[in-house]
Amino acid sequence: MQAKKRYLISLLTGAFLVLLFYFGGGVPGPAATGSRSRHGYSRPEQPWPHFSDPLQHFSPWDQSDTEEYNVHISPRQKRDVNSSVYKGKRCRMQSCFDFSLCQRNGFKVYVYPQQKGEKISESYQNILSTIEGSRFYTSDPGQACLFVLSLDTLDRDQLSPQYVHNLKTKVQSLPLWNNGRNHLIFNLYSGTWPDYTEDLGFDIGQAMLAKASISTENFRPNFDVSIPLFSKDHPRTGGDRGYLKYNTIPPFRKYMLVFKGKRYLTGIGSDTRNALYHVHNAEDVVLLTTCKHGKDWQKHKDARCDKDNAEYEKYDYREMLHNSTFCLVPRGRRLGSFRFLEALQAACVPVMLSNGWELPFSEVIDWNTAAVIGDERLLLQIPSTVRSIHQDKILALRQQTQFLWEAYFSSVEKIVLTTLEIIQDRVLQQTSRSNLMWNSHPGGLFTLPHYSSYLGDFPFFYAELGIKPNPKFTAVIHAVTPLVSQSQPILKLLVSVARSQYCAQIIVLWNCDKPLPAKHRWPATSVPIIVIEGENKVMSSRFQPYDSIISDAVLSLDEDTVLSTTEVDFAFTVWQSFPERIVGYPARSHFWDNNKERWGYTSKWTNDYSMVLTGAAIYHRYYHFLYSHFLPSSLKSMVDQLANCEDILMNFLVSAVTKLPPIKVTQKKQYKETMMGQSSRASRWADPDHFAQRQTCMNKFASWFGGMPLVHSQMRLDPVLFKDQVSILRKKYREIERL
Amino acid sequence: MCASVKYGSRGPALIPRMKTKYRIYYITLFSVVLLGLIATGIYYITLFSFWPHSIESSAEWSLDRRSVHDAPLVRIPMSSPIPERGDLSCRMHTCFDVYRCGYNPKNKIKVYIYPLQRFVDEVGVPISSTGLSREYNDLLSAISDSDFYTDDVSRACLFIPSIDVLNQNSLRIRETAQALAMLPRWDKGMNHLLFNMLPGGPPDYNTALDVPRDRALLAGGGFSTWTYRQGYDVSIPVYSPLSVEVDLPERQPGPRRYFILSSQTAIHREYRVELERLKEENGEALLLLDKCSNLSQGLASVRKRCYKGQVYDYPQILQESSFCVVLRGARLGQATLSDVLQAGCVPVIMADSYILPFSEVLDWKRASVVIPEEKLPEMYTILKSIPHRQVEEMQRQARWFWEAYFSSMKAIGMTTLQIINDRIYPYAALTYEEWNNPPVVKWTSVNSPLFLPLIPPRSPGFTAVVLTYDRIESLFRVITEISKVPSLAKLLVVWNNQNKSPPEAIDGLSLDQTHMVERSECINKFASVFATMPLKVVEHRADPVLYKDDFPEKLKSFPNIGSL
Repeated sequence: MQAKKRYLISLLTGAFLVLLFYFGGGVPGPAATGSRSRHGYSRPEQPWPHFSDPLQHFSPWDQSDTEEYNVHISPRQKRDVNSSVYKGKRCRMQSCFDFSLCQRNGFKVYVYPQQKGEKISESYQNILSTIEGSRFYTSDPGQACLFVLSLDTLDRDQLSPQYVHNLKTKVQSLPLWNNGRNHLIFNLYSGTWPDYTEDLGFDIGQAMLAKASISTENFRPNFDVSIPLFSKDHPRTGGDRGYLKYNTIPPFRKYMLVFKGKRYLTGIGSDTRNALYHVHNAEDVVLLTTCKHGKDWQKHKDARCDKDNAEYEKYDYREMLHNSTFCLVPRGRRLGSFRFLEALQAACVPVMLSNGWELPFSEVIDWNTAAVIGDERLLLQIPSTVRSIHQDKILALRQQTQFLWEAYFSSVEKIVLTTLEIIQDRVLQQTSRSNLMWNSHPGGLFTLPHYSSYLGDFPFFYAELGIKPNPKFTAVIHAVTPLVSQSQPILKLLVSVARSQYCAQIIVLWNCDKPLPAKHRWPATSVPIIVIEGENKVMSSRFQPYDSIISDAVLSLDEDTVLSTTEVDFAFTVWQSFPERIVGYPARSHFWDNNKERWGYTSKWTNDYSMVLTGAAIYHRYYHFLYSHFLPSSLKSMVDQLANCEDILMNFLVSAVTKLPPIKVTQKKQYKETMMGQSSRASRWADPDHFAQRQTCMNKFASWFGGMPLVHSQMRLDPVLFKDQVSILRKKYREIERL
Repeated sequence: MCASVKYGSRGPALIPRMKTKYRIYYITLFSVVLLGLIATGIYYITLFSFWPHSIESSAEWSLDRRSVHDAPLVRIPMSSPIPERGDLSCRMHTCFDVYRCGYNPKNKIKVYIYPLQRFVDEVGVPISSTGLSREYNDLLSAISDSDFYTDDVSRACLFIPSIDVLNQNSLRIRETAQALAMLPRWDKGMNHLLFNMLPGGPPDYNTALDVPRDRALLAGGGFSTWTYRQGYDVSIPVYSPLSVEVDLPERQPGPRRYFILSSQTAIHREYRVELERLKEENGEALLLLDKCSNLSQGLASVRKRCYKGQVYDYPQILQESSFCVVLRGARLGQATLSDVLQAGCVPVIMADSYILPFSEVLDWKRASVVIPEEKLPEMYTILKSIPHRQVEEMQRQARWFWEAYFSSMKAIGMTTLQIINDRIYPYAALTYEEWNNPPVVKWTSVNSPLFLPLIPPRSPGFTAVVLTYDRIESLFRVITEISKVPSLAKLLVVWNNQNKSPPEAIDGLSLDQTHMVERSECINKFASVFATMPLKVVEHRADPVLYKDDFPEKLKSFPNIGSL
């Protein structure tokens, strides 16, 4: 009976469905179609119809010939018109910047001398001294391409104690002002309560702005630079490392999304923060606001204030910052806030809620890779949006926050240099960085486009481009002693290096006071030997980016180095796996000397190392370029005067770029036979001063780098079967074991 | 249908036990369903005879029937309102209604296309001399075939008018603007997208479409930095109709016969003089072509170029040069750019203030050389300084840009919509690599998910994972040894006993031949899944710094390594 009933029900259902289909779906059909038919053709809800008519091209074949040829005004004239029309708010590089000033001397920056009686805030002082210490600086206004005021323009909030009065007249009276042409003005705060306009309170003329909290409306693309808001405690150099010490998988932290900050109750920028409580759930989304700020907050307080204030006190800001996957960065009174940099440093992915903010360095940084750009209008969707982000993406976003923080934001110096480099890229269009150079490790400040505009010429992008470095190396031998006998170590070295299957050529850098030896004195080798006479016979010349270095890899050698062909071959195969690092044999280490409160240098045989000696090391030729063009002349001349420490400086440089230690290969601990006090000039190693000098160098270098870039490593790379109990015939690099 | 599914779900076990009398229910049920279907079928067939094109299942079916002349005629009253001129301060957060797009799990915007209408003014003159162009038709049908398309106007986030404004020259500006304002969902142009490739008209050629358009977004070819609303408008290429006419097979990157080629016909004489001077200085390296004077107008002359009476085929000749000049004409955007990219020739773009096509997402530094117009005389020296490896990469990149983003109206339309989509759902936006890396790079490049150079501290330690094949004794030995390691945070044992007899050899799995064969099979299987062999062979191995050194063992950090 049961079954019978079931079938009956099914039957009825079926019949009902058929009827429904017939009447419900079918009958209104003609009515709907009928109404559409009034338009003469059927159903607009259908996809775009495929028309059969022979349609015309949008641009007739002969249009360009007939209408354009010589009809339009002279392009030269047009350029002139543009540059006279587009001024002020419509300034662009083409119309408000004089490129001709940069052609003679390249991109040089002049800073006005500081006038007596002018107060300058600490932040602005930091900006100026960074520029003065940079390689762009010139003290001659005649050579300058860009001018920076010595008048403090950072704080243009009239209510602020830092506000500089009468700026208008002071600026106008500057002899080089030239209506602001080729000037760069730094600004952090503009406007004041209640409307916080972006006006600086004086006529900036045709000057460029490097401004925080700039809105897209006022931002002149490719002319202004948006900089981050930074506090007066922001360090001048160095700065904190990123908070992330290691990756966790899955990448989730205790909280999903956090915020802790003021609520304004009324006025500009208050809406979003006032609405945050809708999204707060006190579990993984913790958004806290307080009304307690300003003198008379009690007057404006609303019904939620007391409850919010109480909740606010319960949480610690730092704890939240470091334990949350995402950090909300809503606008304050102004568009930018300190929270942005704080979140970035804490490896907490910023969720931007600041409509119309031109993000810092937006011209070059792809913020979608490091932040979630939300829309204030869609606040209520934010939790579901961040929850929908896949964990792989979160992992990438978090790492990118750390890269960007350390590359461009951690110190005033980095912020200022990034600003200058961006402008330089615009000025020297042909030698500018591609997007990839700015957005991937090691970042734009370490990727100098004058070296090459081709990504494959740098050691950093091989994996990204899917290519490999050139499979050959160029040996550069630094020669300082005259060639007198045929048993000198340099000749042995030449022969053994030339025998390497990876050797492309050998360059002998003749830094000896004696004239060049005759050609026939050099041994006959299968690879070309090029002898270059060092220009000033100084130490740094061994790291000059000589044009004759054609391979990606450079094997740097001292003349008295003792090295076998096998060792060279093996080190080179290792370098091919780590083309951005230095691969060498004898290693040294640094340590912090607590008693003397300074860095110490040690050559003792220890369990770890942080440097390899460049008397025998393989690295990418790009580091020659960086050494010569990136490092300040003060450090290079120190090296030249001491004729020492060049290897330490090179290790500092490479570790600062890669954030990684060098690589030591094989057991080798020394590379000179003469090391133990023989009578050659190389006995500089035996000199007791030598060691003390190296200690001094380290501390000098560390202070310029704004921290200790060297990284320790406990790893040494040996051939796979090294000292294993297998037949020697099965080993590829046999010689290495005998050494 | 529905009913039978119900039975199906009850399982086959029921049917054999079914009694005869229930069969009748089945038969009745199916007859009713069948009857219904037949009735509906007849009904629709009747319907078709009255409304012939109501269903468009395939393109061929309707090919010979559909005509633009069937589109309804709409008369624009003289007094019809005109939209305001475009607002230069418009940005996504001020002039775009994001609520229409809403939250959706696919992070995809919905695009609605207005049905075609023929707009005429009061006396019956059409607003456009060409009407719907072939290119705009291609564009709209590509969008309607895409995932972006919706036919539900109430769910749409972006609206595309069917009024063709690709070429401003063929438009009556005022009437076109009025026609736009008459669109049912116009609403001050909110969320409307217009496509324009040839903006401006004589004598001063504005760089953006002159048609007043309220807040509508503009996908324009030939924007200058002064008319382009960054983050709101989209800069698109000027489509070259030659793309479909000529098939230029991809060429291997490498040195070409000519170093620089100039093939444009409408170059201002000021610039032509400078180019000729360059030609005098550098001779054969430079080929300077112009249109042929003796050929008649039309398609034939478009496909030919001449130099001193010598005739060259265009665009084939572009493939013979490493660099190809793309100079501004009256307009900034030039269709030549598309031809040049197609030929895999590196464009040398000289058009000051020009916003390059899709510059919001494409890294033009990798595919082109941009030189200020002023530096035209230095062009040769500038180009000579580019390393040839880079030139090759640029040639490849140029061709890839053309294939992916320039080759058809469909490509241009889809790229534009994807860019707008990326702005609305920025957290789901395509990455730089996805936009810019050609397939060959995408295949070979290695992007580690852990790309940040970090030397992790020892403190969190590591997790040991021990896989066991039923060998308890050695398992315990491993566990005891491993647990001595100070950095061990957790030990995970994966029990993999599949009732297999233990291997015969005693001293290690590696002597067991079947084991090795199995592992080789695994490797082959994995490699086929990865479609490539991801493992790399290296000749080095990491040892502790003092490994096997003559050195007191107690001073070594890892004394046991080496003695094992």
